[in-house]
Amino acid sequence: MHALTLPAAGHYDEMLLQSGAIRPSYQAFADWLHAQTPDALAKKRSEADLLFHKVGITFAVYGDEAGAERLIPFDTVPRIVPADDWRMLERGLRQRVTALNRFLWDIYHDHEIVKAGLIPAEQVFANAQYQPAMQGLDLPLGVYAHITGVDLIRHSDGGYYVLEDNLRVPSGVSYMLENRKMMMRLFPELFAKYSIAPVAHYPALLLNTLRQASLADNPTVVVLTPGPFNSAYFEHAFLAQQMGVELVEGQDLFVKDGFVFMRTTVGPKRVDVIYRRIDDAFLDPLAFRSDSMLGVPGLLSVYKQGHVVLANAVGTGVADDKSIYPYVPDMVRFYLGEEPILHNVPTWQCRKPQDLDHVLNNMAELVVKEVHGAGGYGMLVGPASTAAEVGDFKERVKANPSNYIAQPTLCLSSCPTFVERGIAPRHIDLRPFVLSGREVNMVAGGLTRVALKAGSLVVNSSQGGGTKDTWILEN
Amino acid sequence: MLSRTAAQLYWMSRYMERAENLVRMLDVTHSLSLLPQSRGAATELAAPLAVTGTLEAYQARHPRLSAEQLFRFMGIDLENPASVLSCIRQARENAHAVRGQITAEMWEAINTSWLEARELARKGVAEPSSFFDWVKERSHLFRGATYGTLQRNDAYCFIRLGTFVERADNTARLLDVKSQLIAPAVDTLAPVDAPSESAPDFYAWNALLRSLSAFEAYHAAYRDSLNGRRVTELLILRPDVPRSLRACCDEIRMVLPQIEARGGDEDAGRKVKQSAGRLALRLEYGAVDEILDQGLHPWLTGFLQDSARLGRDIQQAYFEAQ
Repeated sequence: MHALTLPAAGHYDEMLLQSGAIRPSYQAFADWLHAQTPDALAKKRSEADLLFHKVGITFAVYGDEAGAERLIPFDTVPRIVPADDWRMLERGLRQRVTALNRFLWDIYHDHEIVKAGLIPAEQVFANAQYQPAMQGLDLPLGVYAHITGVDLIRHSDGGYYVLEDNLRVPSGVSYMLENRKMMMRLFPELFAKYSIAPVAHYPALLLNTLRQASLADNPTVVVLTPGPFNSAYFEHAFLAQQMGVELVEGQDLFVKDGFVFMRTTVGPKRVDVIYRRIDDAFLDPLAFRSDSMLGVPGLLSVYKQGHVVLANAVGTGVADDKSIYPYVPDMVRFYLGEEPILHNVPTWQCRKPQDLDHVLNNMAELVVKEVHGAGGYGMLVGPASTAAEVGDFKERVKANPSNYIAQPTLCLSSCPTFVERGIAPRHIDLRPFVLSGREVNMVAGGLTRVALKAGSLVVNSSQGGGTKDTWILEN
Repeated sequence: MLSRTAAQLYWMSRYMERAENLVRMLDVTHSLSLLPQSRGAATELAAPLAVTGTLEAYQARHPRLSAEQLFRFMGIDLENPASVLSCIRQARENAHAVRGQITAEMWEAINTSWLEARELARKGVAEPSSFFDWVKERSHLFRGATYGTLQRNDAYCFIRLGTFVERADNTARLLDVKSQLIAPAVDTLAPVDAPSESAPDFYAWNALLRSLSAFEAYHAAYRDSLNGRRVTELLILRPDVPRSLRACCDEIRMVLPQIEARGGDEDAGRKVKQSAGRLALRLEYGAVDEILDQGLHPWLTGFLQDSARLGRDIQQAYFEAQ
């Protein structure tokens, strides 16, 4: 038997009911778990650590001394998603990502949604992520976000909510793939008990999506990385290798006669699709930040001629900005004429006076975020903060209200997780990866992140979060 | 293959090979410094510094030349970019950048080497000999993993190329420094009927052969006592001694035609082959007496110049396309 800590009242736990009873999706796992000795499981966990270290699945932490590398902690209790839940999520993701791509096409063409009065013009066009250079540019298939990571959470009501959309360079898919490999290696017997949707074909789907994005015959695809010191370098190298394409840095590419080429040992080779893992600002020192050493001078001019495809497109950030997020359900209705399947978290926009009042009066109960922040930085979790911290943050919000949004403190669902003593509930989220080519595709799975500190709601790996394998059950 | 990738594979293997050769050199120095009759101990100790061009850097850090300080500086000092552990770090950094092109076994071999190296640099090394053995083992493991697991493609070719360009360079330098130390060189290198070696020279040649793992080969080839002329012949001209100049050159000449030529413009690849051919000319048709007539030091200087030129041509042909 294992010391299983029960979830606190008012939280949704993926495995356990308040009474300690097991949810049906976890029954077979619980039976298996109780047949294992704690020692045997501890041994498996250290085996996993060792293997991850050897393969070098590490990430660099910003601000850490000399780009030190750490392992993202991996937890061996899987997050299990029942088949019915996933069917709903998959439909919802397809719908949402389709609407987001339509939105991007619209705001870089005729601005219908703005003309219809659904989104204030300044929210779009004064947004720092809006790229005027993209206005009027036609992209193949009308796809802007070829790869989207949608962060979902499950609230105490058991419902799923979208926390944010990631349409720039979402990362984490390599952990989805490696976590599954690890679980199959450590606990093959569990895979005989459960019918779990496979995820290993993700790189093949990704390559297909990238090739479809180009009009060229037999297009050459590359992965563009900022280099080995980037926190997600492992993933860049991993995906390039899995797809069998070159992993390039900016210095490996050059622009000549209106096309992009890579420098190879047999001379220049034309590149048709760049799966870029660097931000817009660093892509082309001639068009964006002139101090960028990561990009390719002249790249944007080739892009605008349609001679190279960038995935994701330039300027997608405007659609995943926290100030645009509240409008996504409206986009679904406006572009698709459908009711949104996935719900947003209710959001107060501090730029609206009545919302600002509410936020200032209730800050201790809210989560307040910077509109352009990412990675869990620049945010306040009200209930977990001291009165002084809340007071400080109020001043920051008052000084620049339109820079902040606020949401109720959600109780992210929990999942049993190995902790120092036994197994205890820890909060989790879920990031599925959605691919948009000729059609919208995804593998049944995603990255489950887990906040390893008791009670913590911050799952980001840069702030001590870990990961779990995500099992989508097949009926 | 990407030019940068090719360059990083090439330098990854050069640095790994360099770490091994440095250790071989330090090992010789170390064992010679233990001999009571060790002649001109200071010159002997300075040899690794002279070969790597770090004499000034050493003097800036340490006023006195001592075996212990030298070992620390050339072996485990990560602030000295030419030290053994720095080479391992460089090899690992290059490997990190091309991990998609090498096998998991190769990466693990090189990454574990670095993780352990970092510990050694932090904790220090009590016993130099065990450190030397450790570095050689790590290098053997990496080479074995490469040989045993990597697809025979351009990546493999650039790795082989790096290994042998580096090894030829290192062997030539080692030979050059040692032969100058074993004074008076004129006597010991005098042709055929030279009197048998003096005792200190015997130990010096002995140590040189051992450092290049060629002691057994010497005895198998000559079945006779050590003399400088034969050691020179063995380490320069014998194709069957894996660390000889001839063997390195043969490997380079074997690898080059396997590297995919540049489409339409083969000029660059041809230049590399010409440079390699120039080296071969010295070795395949050379005779030890000619080398000694010319003087070992001048001959080696010429060889090192040609090998540096080969390095530059490789750089231009494959790594600096366009």
